[in-house]
Amino acid sequence: MLDRSNAGEVPLITLQGVGVRRNHRWLVRDVSFSVSPREIVTLIGPNGSGKSTTAKTATGVLRPDEGRVEKRPGLRIGYVPQKLSIDRTLPLTVERLMTLTGNLSRKEIDAALGAAGVAHLAKAEVQNLSGGEFQRALLARAIARKPDLLVLDEPVQGVDFNGEIALYELIRTIRNETGCGIMLISHDLHVVMAETDTVICMNGHVCCRGTPAMVTQSAEYSRLFGARAAGTLAFYNHSHDHTHLPNGRVLHADGQVTDRCFPGDGHHGPDCGEPRVHLMYKGKLQGMPGEIGESADAR
Amino acid sequence: MLDDFFIRAMLAGVGLALTTGPLGCFIIWRRMAYFGDTMAHSALLGIALSLLLDLNIMVSVFIVAAVISLLLIALQRRGGLSADALLGILSHATLAIGLVIVAFMTWVRVDLLGFLFGDILAVSKSDLATIWAGGAVVLAAVALLWRPLLASTVSPDIAEAEGLHPERAKLLFMLLMALVIAIAMKIVGILLITSLLVIPAAAARRFAPTPEWMAVIASLIGAAAVIGGLYGSMNYDTPSGPSIAVAALVIFLVTLLPLGRRPSEQALEREGR
Repeated sequence: MLDRSNAGEVPLITLQGVGVRRNHRWLVRDVSFSVSPREIVTLIGPNGSGKSTTAKTATGVLRPDEGRVEKRPGLRIGYVPQKLSIDRTLPLTVERLMTLTGNLSRKEIDAALGAAGVAHLAKAEVQNLSGGEFQRALLARAIARKPDLLVLDEPVQGVDFNGEIALYELIRTIRNETGCGIMLISHDLHVVMAETDTVICMNGHVCCRGTPAMVTQSAEYSRLFGARAAGTLAFYNHSHDHTHLPNGRVLHADGQVTDRCFPGDGHHGPDCGEPRVHLMYKGKLQGMPGEIGESADAR
Repeated sequence: MLDDFFIRAMLAGVGLALTTGPLGCFIIWRRMAYFGDTMAHSALLGIALSLLLDLNIMVSVFIVAAVISLLLIALQRRGGLSADALLGILSHATLAIGLVIVAFMTWVRVDLLGFLFGDILAVSKSDLATIWAGGAVVLAAVALLWRPLLASTVSPDIAEAEGLHPERAKLLFMLLMALVIAIAMKIVGILLITSLLVIPAAAARRFAPTPEWMAVIASLIGAAAVIGGLYGSMNYDTPSGPSIAVAALVIFLVTLLPLGRRPSEQALEREGR
């Protein structure tokens, strides 16, 4: 695997032991990681695991209740949030959306729209766009301001499989051409963007982190996803030794129940032997080849 | 010219309508119509307190409306009751408390109807100066706050992440609303202020290619409604405040007619896209 570590560079953003508390409950706790220029960090985890909370804390939308968020001075952030509902009474074209948070020249707007593949939709009202078109418009808006750090909260949600591949290719191009750091959030627990340098699996805390294995290394997945997808998607093979119960307590492999995870918990690399599937997403990993085979046939 | 009460009324109304246009756009984009209504209703409490404590009415109304809006934001953040229920409680509680206080003060004779429905024909020269000066302040502030307000209307998270301080903009917007209510009270009355905020903005939607144009068009439609309403009120001897609201409604209804629209556009609308 290529070594894309950015050891020599100052990180764009560093989270140190970040915790966010709401209504006497910790949404996330003990989250530490950093994003450097040209680095792609993918946060994965089940619903409610605190991925978006972490992204919002990193961008400054939420303030951490413990720990610290350090940003490089003058850091420019481009943010694509997870959910957006724009009232139909707001006459907002894609073109006008571009200059929402700052002035841009005509040339910059056209370049960003072109890069995101939505130049033909410049005059369209955002409420009339399809899911994939809207995601691209939001991405165009975020990259038009030439950010140092791009934060993308589930950019491929509501986008079909081919659209997902195309969006990942677009994100890769953006990274290669602008050299920005990217924090990507994905609800998919095992398939991530191939260019990802670090995968961080969350479940209220950092469960484990590692590098993804290329899909191309597995002939089976290459066949299932197709050659184009094989270069874009990667497989994150991981397992956990504890489960989070609905009441927030933690069930360990040996049957013990505690309030919090042990410090050394769950930090398995991708090569830790036979994967044991996390109870919360049981079946997904083991049943994967069959399921994908069926759905691929159905398509 | 300013000695004619009708001219004064016209100038006062037009000045107010120009101010409410852009503000009203934000009210409907942010789905805050009922919020505006609640602030307006709280104005009666402001009037009652001004009579009780012998304060300037406009200042008193401004303070009460601002306090109520801050209270609403605080209660919403605390959770518990839905925003809808909170608005319902505060809206009518403040109106009712205001009416009760006024009823207790047997020593003052108040023209309640004048406050509830406005008394635009009684606008004095100093009122006129207040309306135009206040309106200028509000419009200048909205122009300065335009980018953070619009960005946070689309997404508060984007605005915050990209350094536009949406919370501060929202707070200032509430104060501007309180100021407009204090100004508008005399012209259309407490119960009809929201009509001058919401209806012209809704009518402007169809003609507006951008948010900025919608604000301008809403101001112009509001001004047209004021002029139309006042002439109607003179010709048919109807109360002026409600006549202005009715004129605004008529303009809104006209904009709903499918005139000069391409069939494809109508088909899109039917599909709800």
